[in-house]
Amino acid sequence: MVPTWHYLALAAALFTVGVIGVLTRRNIIIIFMSLELILNAVNINLIAFARHWGSVDGHIFAIFIITVAAAEAAVGLGILIAFFRNRDTVNADEIDLLKW
Amino acid sequence: MPASFLDAVWLVPALPLLGAFLMLLIGSRLSNKIISWLCCGTIFGSFLIALGIFRDLLGLPATDRIYEKIIFTWFPAIPYITDGGNAANFQIEWGYLVDPLSSVMILVVTGVGFLIHVYSIGYMAHEGGYYRYFGYLNLFMFMMLTLVLSNNLLTMFVGWEGVGLCSYLLIGFWFLKKSASDAGKKAFIVNRVGDAGFLLGIFLTITTFGTLSFTGINAALASDTFAMGAPAITAITMFLFIGATGKSAQIPLYVWLPDAMEGPTPVSALIHAATMVTAGVYMVARMNGLYQLAPTTMAVVAAVGALTALFAASMALVQNDIKKILAYSTISQLGYMFLACGMGAFAAGIFHVSTHAYFKALLFLGSGAVIHALSGEQDIRKMGGLWSKLPVTGKTFVIGALAIAGIFPLAGFFSKDEVLWRTFANDVGHGDLFTKILWGVAMFTALLTAFYMFRLVFVTFFGVSRVPRETAHHVHEAPRSMTVPLMILAVLSVVGGWVGIPAALGGGNRFEHFLAPVFASHVELGAAEHAHSLEIGLMVFSVGVAVFAIWLAYYFYIRHTEIPEQIVYRLPGVHRLLYNKYYVDEIYDAVFVEGPVLGKGLATALGRFDLKVIDETGVDGTAWLTRSISRLSIWWDTWIVDGAVNSLGWLVWALNWPARVLQTGMVQRYALWMATGIVLFLLYYVQRYILGS
Repeated sequence: MVPTWHYLALAAALFTVGVIGVLTRRNIIIIFMSLELILNAVNINLIAFARHWGSVDGHIFAIFIITVAAAEAAVGLGILIAFFRNRDTVNADEIDLLKW
Repeated sequence: MPASFLDAVWLVPALPLLGAFLMLLIGSRLSNKIISWLCCGTIFGSFLIALGIFRDLLGLPATDRIYEKIIFTWFPAIPYITDGGNAANFQIEWGYLVDPLSSVMILVVTGVGFLIHVYSIGYMAHEGGYYRYFGYLNLFMFMMLTLVLSNNLLTMFVGWEGVGLCSYLLIGFWFLKKSASDAGKKAFIVNRVGDAGFLLGIFLTITTFGTLSFTGINAALASDTFAMGAPAITAITMFLFIGATGKSAQIPLYVWLPDAMEGPTPVSALIHAATMVTAGVYMVARMNGLYQLAPTTMAVVAAVGALTALFAASMALVQNDIKKILAYSTISQLGYMFLACGMGAFAAGIFHVSTHAYFKALLFLGSGAVIHALSGEQDIRKMGGLWSKLPVTGKTFVIGALAIAGIFPLAGFFSKDEVLWRTFANDVGHGDLFTKILWGVAMFTALLTAFYMFRLVFVTFFGVSRVPRETAHHVHEAPRSMTVPLMILAVLSVVGGWVGIPAALGGGNRFEHFLAPVFASHVELGAAEHAHSLEIGLMVFSVGVAVFAIWLAYYFYIRHTEIPEQIVYRLPGVHRLLYNKYYVDEIYDAVFVEGPVLGKGLATALGRFDLKVIDETGVDGTAWLTRSISRLSIWWDTWIVDGAVNSLGWLVWALNWPARVLQTGMVQRYALWMATGIVLFLLYYVQRYILGS
């Protein structure tokens, strides 16, 4: 049986990759993909703890997260398309009007 | 209770003013026929009213023949203390004064003016600017009537300047011709010199009398004790006379009148012979109350008049331009009028004004008909033998020439002999020798007058024709609109003098009696009694002189045409001097135009003064001052006003620095801060956990 901390280590690695992706990539689509990585790292953590404690709660929580993530991706991509039509760009560093 | 025509006196100048307004506003859209009817109609209306006024005036007793009509108050009353210490209420009204003098003047002005308007219909028929011509002519009539009807010196000055303006406009009527526009300017500028004198006279009148109205001045003269020869009155009359020398073309300001012949011939007849140039004489006669108190001025007036008469007549002897001869003749005749005024014979002067208006208008209009017939030729050397071709013009012209020469019983005889007799007989304290010299000069001028006029008649109308072939075949008599005024004026030139037949010839001299109330003297003029036989003897003598001069002209210019050339050959200097008009124009040009002191030198000095003092110090200094002040304003605005606003902005900008650094608008930066925060939190709890355990 695979020990729990393996799962946690994988999740931590995925989370770190996701955070670095969100912070460093310019293309918003990549940023979205990195966000999915972060979410899935959380999902892995939930599943891992559910297995560790023998509870089904973590499974249900993970399925909720997947559903919300799907909805979030749909809304996010919609905004992104609308934005692209206006500004001809999907680079996050060029979207900086909202400042002092 | 004034009669109706006297009450309507304001219509006399108003009708021509209406005509002038219509012409100058909408005249360009009217046909020539309408313009002719309208403009002659306004003058004819004025003439009829003037006739009515004259009749009404005759209906009044001689002492009541004065009627003043105030139209409006021009300058409201202000209290004023005169130089003599008298309190006066200085006020100027726009009013009309009807008395024998002004009624005679408006009759002459409107009557002769009407005939000249009618004549102009024919003369100007083929000229451009027909409406403009008649508009100016009507405007002139308005100004002239304002001048002679005004009841005070200031409105008279308005008319005085107005006729000067119209004179300028009409001399330069053909303004595309340089000589014409130059002549207009010359007339205007020379008149300015005289007008300056007139204005000074007006100012002095105000300070001396505290009023400008003629009735007011006469009342002051009657009540106040202004001594004979009072300095103030001598100064006023002298200044006014300077004005008169400008307007009436006397020495030294006569130079503009010969040049004024550049204008259309009817204009020369109306303005520069019959009416405007007599304004000076009228003014002196109007102010006779003052002049009678200034024997020095009277002597100057008489001397200038006699001298001008002689001077101009001598220049007329050798001129070859038909209109120039008549112009010099006009100057000479005006000299007679001033001579009469200077001798205290104001009535004789005005008498000569009226008869001169008839025969000089006739002569000018006749010369216009000749010029018209010869397609614009004015040189009498290219005329001759026109008697049979221009029957009406020729006959009327000879009548005019006989009248001006003073042949019995034409108009000129009575008026000129009245002037000569008064010069001979009046004793106004000039001294016997002086008087007799003036009389001799006047008599000699009469000889010259008859001579040059008949030189003109013989050279133009008789002898061999020297008309060039190309113009000779279409020489034609003028149209009826021109010949009818000529005939009427010819009749007037014959009978015009009969209103003033002197007592010596069994007449009543009604003219003088009619004018007598105006010229009632405030001081006793020593009127020497002379026998009628002496007066008749002098008349016979002067007619004899005139007949001799005519015979001489006949002998020189018909019988022995070589004699004038021989005289020119013998006396080249005299001829050149006369032909070049004593070089007066050249002298004026050298002194006042090109001269180093009064001409160019003065102009250069004034120009430099203008440039240095007015421009560089005054205008540029003001500009510099303005610029400096505005530079100060700029500094204040930039550093104080803007500085306050900007420093407030800078303060806000400085205070918001932390917020500005945080809020970049970049989502990823925010995410980084958030991640950093979370990491710091985690590190804190990890550290607590490690230390706590």
